[in-house]
Amino acid sequence: MTVNPSSPSLFARTRQSDLWYSFTRQRSAVFAAVLLAVLIISAFTAPLYAPQNPFDPAQLELWNAEIPPIWLEGGQWPYLLGTDTQGRDILSAILYGSRISILIGIASVVFALLIGIGSGLAAGYYGGFVENALMRVGDILLSIPTILIAILVSAIVRELLPPALRDVGAAGVLVLAIVLSGWVQYARTVRAQTAVERRKEYVQAAQLLKVPARRIMFSHILPNTLTPILVAATLNFGMAILTEATLSFLGIGMPPSQPSLGTLIRLGNQFLFSGMWWIVLFPVLQLCLLVVSVNLLGDWLRDALNPKLR
Amino acid sequence: MTIPALTVTHLSRLFNVSAPWLNRVIERKPKAYLRAVDDISFSVPSGGCLSLVGESGCGKSTVARLVTGLYTPTNGQMQFANGKNGKPLAAQMIFQDPYASLNPRWRVFDIIAEPLRELKLRETDAEITERVGELLTTVGLAPRDGRKFPHEFSGGQRQRISIARALATEPEFLVCDEPTSALDVSVQAQILNLMRRLQDEMGLTYLFISHDMSVVRHMSDQIAVMYLGRIVEQAATEVLFANPKHPYTQLLLETIPNVTDPKRDREVQSGEVPSPMKPPSGCTFHPRCPQADARCAAERPEMQAYSDGSRVACHRVAETMAALAVPLVGERRLSA
Ligand SMILES: Nc1ncnc2c1ncn2[C@@H]1O[C@H](COP(=O)(O)OP(=O)(O)O)[C@@H](O)[C@H]1O
Ligand code: SF4
Ligand SMILES: [Mg+2]
Repeated sequence: MTVNPSSPSLFARTRQSDLWYSFTRQRSAVFAAVLLAVLIISAFTAPLYAPQNPFDPAQLELWNAEIPPIWLEGGQWPYLLGTDTQGRDILSAILYGSRISILIGIASVVFALLIGIGSGLAAGYYGGFVENALMRVGDILLSIPTILIAILVSAIVRELLPPALRDVGAAGVLVLAIVLSGWVQYARTVRAQTAVERRKEYVQAAQLLKVPARRIMFSHILPNTLTPILVAATLNFGMAILTEATLSFLGIGMPPSQPSLGTLIRLGNQFLFSGMWWIVLFPVLQLCLLVVSVNLLGDWLRDALNPKLR
Repeated sequence: MTIPALTVTHLSRLFNVSAPWLNRVIERKPKAYLRAVDDISFSVPSGGCLSLVGESGCGKSTVARLVTGLYTPTNGQMQFANGKNGKPLAAQMIFQDPYASLNPRWRVFDIIAEPLRELKLRETDAEITERVGELLTTVGLAPRDGRKFPHEFSGGQRQRISIARALATEPEFLVCDEPTSALDVSVQAQILNLMRRLQDEMGLTYLFISHDMSVVRHMSDQIAVMYLGRIVEQAATEVLFANPKHPYTQLLLETIPNVTDPKRDREVQSGEVPSPMKPPSGCTFHPRCPQADARCAAERPEMQAYSDGSRVACHRVAETMAALAVPLVGERRLSA
């Protein structure tokens, strides 16, 4: 689609759009967006300023272990949030761990979107057998709890992977497990909307021009199904981060050598009753902030894009 | 008489309206079919306008979609004459709903440019821009309207955009499925005038569809009246309005709103239109027909041609006008 040369720029259109207006009116949305931006940017720029690389055993010194946060007695610069039993800086671990959590969240949402949109479009557009087959597979997957699917997938994949690759493949296994149950929701939403859109006359007009089915689906129908997908994807990003954390907490996610927030919480949990509460509390707080800001943004988006609530 | 642009013979279309397989098995229901178009024949004169009229649900849109190739016929043939380029004509369509017929996420420019790009009618972006501007001007809009989205236009303007999109394909044959029924009366006239002007200027052939007799009167050379998937009467416009023969045609004409006497009884249109799933026996119109008798309920009336060029399927007409009947052969079989 080329746009007429004289049309206003994307920036100008964004500034004028209803969505932007509603965004600036909604304090919680602005707050969530700023918070999320800070969390993401700090996680990805961490190597630039973090006191240490917590994944690099060579940088860990045992005599720096068990230091409490800086405002407590015994606190020590530069370990703002203290260190764990191996001398790992908690702040650095949280920042690096958030990076892994966010990457897994993004990857699982992106892959689930690709599969969900593709199969939903095909099912809704062609109907019949394609639709029935895809939707029944989806029904079956949805009837099994995500956690159970993830446990099954990771157990199977771990058996199949050679031991050397197990740690490396852990992230891939997590993404696969989350995608496997995540795509169904997108597929259902897109299928339902596509089944409505494909009967509309603008689609018939394109069919009359013998526009190939693939192009009708992607350039005509898809843009008309994106609104609910955008909302679902945002909320699912938060869900994916939580699912990842749960799995890692249960010990079937990221290994301690590459800890995500969930792994950090699992490791820190052991020291909760020995008084070193900071090892577990700060990763938990970070996880909460991340998920809450994503959900606030998703809630706002859902309301802002719902014409019935305007 | 010139060769017709389109000749349709014994065209039928069934829709499978069965419940899903599992429900059918559980409830022991058979498969169900709906006969939306039932053995109809007509022809559209080249450069002229044939209108299909009838109440909602009688199968008009299905005919339109069959003719344009959006649906495949269950039975029967459609024969297009060759166009200016020597190839058989391809029908383009103007749709009923000005809201659903334009993609809400596309700019008007891209909507009208799509046929140009798809059919490779223009090469460069500059040529496309020029042609889109030209088309917008032709239908009474401005080239800069191309920048806007469909929701920024009124129903009448949207219908103009639809027409511009259809014209972009350089069509010779247009199927217009109730193009004005969703519009205000004042706007209706403007769109109809535009369509007539385009027909004169470009020599277009129209298959025009409407449920409104007064709209059809101003557009058509020939009118075919449909009832429950069948054509019950076809005649030249003047003949049909001067001397409607089929009781259903008479009923349609009686219910045209009358400007001079708006209080006239419009209740004539008594009775429900029966479901096309279970059409009545014999003449499908008999439950509503004031002239029905026992034969009408038992025996389906055949199409019969008359000397004034009309074709009617009615036992009563066949009896009272037997002297004027002519054989239903050749040209007459299709178009009178
Ligand atoms: N795709 C379809 N599937 C099943 N039934 C259909 C379909 N399209 C039309 N019908 C049925 O066929 C009949 C004729 O419909 P239609 O051609 O739209 O009538 P009209 O345009 O005259 O109002 C109606 O009873 C309608 O319910
Ligand atoms: S055939 Fe009989 S029922 Fe049918 S229109 Fe004629 S008179 Fe009426
Ligand atoms: Mg219709």
